[in-house]
Amino acid sequence: MVHPHLSRRALVAGGAALLAKPALSQGQADVVRIGHLTPRTGFLGPLGEYAVQGVQLAADEVNAAGGIGGRRLELLLEDSVNPQTASAKAERFIQRDRVSCIVGEINSASALAIGQVVQREKALFINTGANSDALRGSDCRRFMFHIEGANSMYVKSVGRALLAEGKIAGKRYYALTADYAFGHDLLKVAKNFLGANNARAAAEDLIPTELADFSPFLLKLRQARPDVVILNLAGAQITNFLKQYTEYGLSFPVAGFGFDTALAWGAGQGNFLGTWPTVWHHLVDTPSTKAFVAAFQRKFNRPPENQAWGDYCALKIIAQSMNEAKSTEGLRIVEHLEKGAKFDVLKPREGYFRARDHQIMMEMYAISALPADKVRNRWDIFSSSAAVPGPGEDLEVIAPSAEEAACTFPA
Amino acid sequence: MEFVFILEQVANGLLIGANYLLIALGLSLIFSLGGIVNLAHGAFYAIGAYLTVALSPTIGFGGALVASPAITALLGLLIERFLLRRFYRADPILSLLLTFGLAMVAEQALRMIFGAAPVPFSIPLWLRGQVFIGEFIYSKYRLIILGVAVVCVSGLWVLLTRTAFGRVVRAGVQNPDMVAALGISLRPYMTAVVMIAVALAALAGTMMAPVTGVTPTMGAEVLTFAFVVVVIGGLGSFWGVVLAALIVGVVRGLAAYAFPPATEAAVYFLMVLVLLLRPRGLFGERIQRFE
Repeated sequence: MVHPHLSRRALVAGGAALLAKPALSQGQADVVRIGHLTPRTGFLGPLGEYAVQGVQLAADEVNAAGGIGGRRLELLLEDSVNPQTASAKAERFIQRDRVSCIVGEINSASALAIGQVVQREKALFINTGANSDALRGSDCRRFMFHIEGANSMYVKSVGRALLAEGKIAGKRYYALTADYAFGHDLLKVAKNFLGANNARAAAEDLIPTELADFSPFLLKLRQARPDVVILNLAGAQITNFLKQYTEYGLSFPVAGFGFDTALAWGAGQGNFLGTWPTVWHHLVDTPSTKAFVAAFQRKFNRPPENQAWGDYCALKIIAQSMNEAKSTEGLRIVEHLEKGAKFDVLKPREGYFRARDHQIMMEMYAISALPADKVRNRWDIFSSSAAVPGPGEDLEVIAPSAEEAACTFPA
Repeated sequence: MEFVFILEQVANGLLIGANYLLIALGLSLIFSLGGIVNLAHGAFYAIGAYLTVALSPTIGFGGALVASPAITALLGLLIERFLLRRFYRADPILSLLLTFGLAMVAEQALRMIFGAAPVPFSIPLWLRGQVFIGEFIYSKYRLIILGVAVVCVSGLWVLLTRTAFGRVVRAGVQNPDMVAALGISLRPYMTAVVMIAVALAALAGTMMAPVTGVTPTMGAEVLTFAFVVVVIGGLGSFWGVVLAALIVGVVRGLAAYAFPPATEAAVYFLMVLVLLLRPRGLFGERIQRFE
């Protein structure tokens, strides 16, 4: 051997690398692992993409600020596909990858499946995109928290705007509803609200999630001549409806009870119309929203939408809670959140999780499409109400009441 | 009034059917001549739509209506020449896997280039508006789609039945060995058929881009319907596929009228019914090598 010292040094270095690698991959000492699970393909895929970008930006910011208790935050990303796959992947995250918690989901049926897994495994799950009231009521779980608004919150916040516009009281509505768990739940909540405000149904249709051509329903709408069209649609359905409603030149007022901004952006010039609810939008006038929008725009070259907000805020909340509770253990974080810890959710007021059902209490917004001649670019296509509830009101006034969604956490 | 309304749904259904037709005819042609079940056919529909969105700002929608199918046809040429050609005589499962793989590659490529969110695109201003015929309302744009579809389908029919090219293709469908024995190579014909078929799919994508969400999954969604149309119409039958596309459109319209949750499912019921009564489809021919 010509250079025995070199090869000895190499041997030592190689040995050290071998020893260090398993320690790193098990990661208990150096990293805190968080599993992100959300639909990235299928009819909710467009929203999942924003969710992933939001959570990645949050992870970068958490690590830049020193991580969690000095440990680096490591994100594991998976496509949840459908409820069966979501359940299997949640289990794998917890048992094999040893994640400290799971963040994400959009599909209400998949969120229910993940909720069952985390309850069994005693791991924390923050739902960032599933709206169904049942997840906060009959299907609530002690280890599941919701940063996404419940269907009731959506209906009550846009409902105020619609009542003020005189589109509900004494009017005949035609409801189009996505035919799956989310849509059914939203329809129930919407009908409670509409009934309580003296609106009558002209007709109600359930729409298959894969339906892309709305023309048969547009003909039905035209024949029924309702005072208002109520949309409880989801994902790509919203884009398709908006494009075709304009195509057929119908002029009944449109009101949505479920909404994601990306779907309106995707409808194209002159096709977005009506009044809709949203948990957050990129024009909210707060310093933290401005910072988030600027950072997101720098990293991904487009403004964030509400789904990016949900996953971004959820990860920030987890990091903050783990730092405050000085623990990454699921039960300790659950207790910390249940005590009413407050968080910046990029809106005027801070948010907190209600101990009774783990729904975040926060402000929402009602947005209205701008007339075509007032639209200046492809992103700023709506005007927004002030935050709902107003400054003097309790945040709980828009949340599901105990009667609307009664939650008893299973033991 | 009620009867008139049902008629309106039927007429609207015929219009929708025309769009499935452009996709289904190509699918049927490639299968009849090459024996390949082209699971990537929906991908060409999606590529056509995305090319339209990308090209329209520079060459206008009218230009994209020509350029997008033409570019897609060239892509079809490459795929036929370097991939499909190796599988005409192979076990069908191999070409099934190949085209399934191609469909996934195409969908993911579109997602990586354009993102998963729907890409905004609207009907050009000069094509917007509605046409009222008595009680009926039509979207002007969809009437134009119908016109283009009718021209394409008639053109294809003339090509297949009134030209030397069509004679060889039809002979190749029935008995490729005999065509070979007569000293005619089917290879250039197959290349041409694939190019025509994918161009028609891309044309359908181009025409649907303004009225439906432009997303990476749009191809997979439309492909299932195209298959149902081919199965109902029967293999090898031009008019079978035409009739099936129109029936499928009408059945969807009537289901939406009578029982909306079954709007999509009704089409599959129809397929099951047709297969029970006529296993080769409505006008399916007995093709020796598929028996």
